[in-house]
Amino acid sequence: MSFVPGQPVTAVVERVEIQKLRQGENLILGFSIGGGIDQDPGQNPFSEDKSDKGIYVTRISPKGPADLAGLKMGDKIMQVNGWDMTMVTHDQARKKLTKKREDVVRLLVTRKSLEEAVKHSKCSYPKH
Amino acid sequence: MQTPAVLEAGDVLQVLEVCEAPEEIKEVIVTTLEEGSNTNSTPVTSCGAGTKPSQDDNWGETTTAITGTSEHSLSQEDIVRITKDLEDSVGLDCRRYFTRTLAIILGLLVFLTPLAFLVLPHILWPDKLQSCGTACEGLFISVAFKLLILLLAVWALFFRPARAGLPRVYVFRALLAVLVLLFVISYWLFYGVRILDSQDENYQGIVQYAVSLVDALLFIHYLAIVLLELRQLQPCYSVCVTRSTDGETRHYNLGQLSIQRAALAIIEHYYCDFPVHNPALLSASKSRAAKHLAGLKVYNVDGPGNNAAAGIAHSQSRAMIAAAARRRDTSHNELYYEEAEHERRVRKRRARLVVAVEEAFTHIKRMQEEEQKKAPGDVMDPREAAQAIFPSMARALQKYLRTTKQQHCHSMESIQQHLAFCITNNMTPKAFLESYLTPGPTVQYSRDFWRARQWTLISEASVTSGLKDGTIFLLKCVDFSLVVTSKKIPYIQMSEEYIDPKSHKFVLRLQSETSV
Repeated sequence: MSFVPGQPVTAVVERVEIQKLRQGENLILGFSIGGGIDQDPGQNPFSEDKSDKGIYVTRISPKGPADLAGLKMGDKIMQVNGWDMTMVTHDQARKKLTKKREDVVRLLVTRKSLEEAVKHSKCSYPKH
Repeated sequence: MQTPAVLEAGDVLQVLEVCEAPEEIKEVIVTTLEEGSNTNSTPVTSCGAGTKPSQDDNWGETTTAITGTSEHSLSQEDIVRITKDLEDSVGLDCRRYFTRTLAIILGLLVFLTPLAFLVLPHILWPDKLQSCGTACEGLFISVAFKLLILLLAVWALFFRPARAGLPRVYVFRALLAVLVLLFVISYWLFYGVRILDSQDENYQGIVQYAVSLVDALLFIHYLAIVLLELRQLQPCYSVCVTRSTDGETRHYNLGQLSIQRAALAIIEHYYCDFPVHNPALLSASKSRAAKHLAGLKVYNVDGPGNNAAAGIAHSQSRAMIAAAARRRDTSHNELYYEEAEHERRVRKRRARLVVAVEEAFTHIKRMQEEEQKKAPGDVMDPREAAQAIFPSMARALQKYLRTTKQQHCHSMESIQQHLAFCITNNMTPKAFLESYLTPGPTVQYSRDFWRARQWTLISEASVTSGLKDGTIFLLKCVDFSLVVTSKKIPYIQMSEEYIDPKSHKFVLRLQSETSV
């Protein structure tokens, strides 16, 4: 998940598809985001690298659409419906997630446990 | 139904007939129009019961020449005031002279006592006295200078023109006078018994005794300064002064004073701070109040001899209050529109006045020194210059004063004097107008406008007792009264917090969380 300037970002991602829930006039997803290139990265409790200015999931409403879809707190969102989320401002990220015409958002998220899981699975199969 | 009397004169007659409804009172206007006659048609307005005739603002505007007559009208209040002045001046002067003579006698006694102590041995037993040398002469010099300082100090503290006549005696001064008297008497007693009777020969001891008397007198003077001047300087009470007629309120901080001295301080502040009392501004609310009660009349249907008279009156007043609350009153509407209209009119007249005065001021200019020698013709002193430009602004000024009901505060003479004063001191038109646009404090107006120099102090507590928390008293004068309440200033507990100047550091707070 670390970001080296000039090098492409590589990460193990998970696809999460969230159906938006209609609540009154609004379509909600049931989680909160924090971060962005205009925010202070040092205050992000979930990032490993405190200079990471990506968008992170800071809170999940229990039994909300995001919770049911498998989104976890602390996930870093890499893409939303094809739009990149690693180099956006906070407000741009919010706008991409809350488009009124879309009922579904397909996220690519990454978390530390994914890397561990892949490493673990690589090691457990000895090369023949 | 009430029909007005119809005047039958002239060719055309116009009569408006109005019936007096129980809730509303309308104006009845009778006008006669005559052709070919020279009489003025004067509108006669008669209203229902209780209201005073409304004064048309433009009445009297058709006069072309404004002469220099000031209004010399003597109202009932003035007559009362003059008679009161005559009666009281005699009594007050007697008391003042009495205290003054007492003070002079006491002062003479105090000053002559040390000198008497020094001189009497030389007169009574000169041969038995031991002559004392330089020490005595040193003491003589010190007595002389201390007496001189005491004389100057007493003159500075006590011999000042009296500011006011207070109702009761000034307690601290009386106590100090008694103290000084007792003191001097005791010194005389001691002197008489121990020195005169026994004819003491030690002259130095006597001189030292006289010096100790003068020292003690100086210390008593110090005590007098502390009690009379210094004690009330530290603010202790906050008093709230309200004028009863229009509710103007001011707050002052006073120290520990007796009620009468506090009242004196408040009156002196009143003349500087409160805007001048203008009875013409209160007539509107009085007419409204009269109108409220005028429309109702209570009939006793049950017949006489029911309850006691108090019971009937009580039930009657309750019935009136209930009826007044129930009926639909539109007087608030009238008030609102009337006030809006008045405001607009005042602003318009003020604009005209400002323009007229500015234009008038451009007509004259100050002549320089060099020009003075060159052209001696048509040169005016300030008074003549004021008289020259006054007519161009007089009409606008008079209209404005009449609209704001201030016309009785300023006479023609005072306006011209003020104009001459402003011209002499190079003031701008705005500075000249300032005293007419806003009602100033009472000191600003002429002496005879300071109507009340006679004030009455009305208090439940004794007027020589000190101010306390929750003291209430009234200062009544002829036209209005000032209600004074006092509150104690609370004890202030202050603590200290030190901030290191290097500790002011800041970071950006940019971590927002948005829920989607």
